[in-house]
Amino acid sequence: MKLYQSAGMSKSVTGEPTTQPATALLVLGCPQVPVQTSIALYLINRLKKAGIVPTVAGNKAANTLLVVADPDRHYLGEVMDLDRAVVMITEKKRDFDRCFVFIHNDAGITYAGTMSAISKAKVYTIIYGEHYEELVKMIDFPCTTIAAKAVHNPLPLKKALDEVAPWAA
Amino acid sequence: MGCVESMNYEIVLRDATFKESRDYIKKTYTEFREVQPGFKVFDTHVIGLPPIAIGLDGDFVIFPFTKPCHGTFLLRVEDKDEAARLMAIKK
Repeated sequence: MKLYQSAGMSKSVTGEPTTQPATALLVLGCPQVPVQTSIALYLINRLKKAGIVPTVAGNKAANTLLVVADPDRHYLGEVMDLDRAVVMITEKKRDFDRCFVFIHNDAGITYAGTMSAISKAKVYTIIYGEHYEELVKMIDFPCTTIAAKAVHNPLPLKKALDEVAPWAA
Repeated sequence: MGCVESMNYEIVLRDATFKESRDYIKKTYTEFREVQPGFKVFDTHVIGLPPIAIGLDGDFVIFPFTKPCHGTFLLRVEDKDEAARLMAIKK
């Protein structure tokens, strides 16, 4: 039984190659900075429009903020516990093509470094908050950094995200 | 790392960055091992910037534990078998 799930070419029952949709994991940080929930929903929307299947992984509070805001799941797809996502990726039961890690504190850097080490995904760090510049300097692993000073107003971070357009990469 | 909450642990360090926690282990404990993120300590996969330092002090294991809203803690847990298993790992 094949447990490892990733996008790319596979074979159908007739032996013909089929293409699975690309996937993305959004790793949420502590939701104490308001822009996280807004930018996460925006990014999910852009990914889905590009045909990329998004999965959200966060702690209970971060996940609940999204689930309550989108009760009919117009935007949200799969939502899972962050610790469970780490276990599944580490044990190679699952992986993603892209991984977006939301960062506004040292714990966020730690999770991003972990994802960079355990996942084959292309890692994007989304850095925001009052001290975003200090956090950007702490990145010493391969990733694409999207950063802006954004706490309550998501527009600076949205602009930085649009400039990189990771859904089109 | 769900089962950490059920462990009988002592908090050695709190409110430090992950790198400060790693430096603390290397300076404080003569015996430590460096592992990669996802390595299992007890029944949990450790989170961290590689390499992750795990301290060893007799029957005690000292390891980092990171939560999104609370940062990184260094926890000290007594377990003779786990300490011996980690000690057997080559430096």
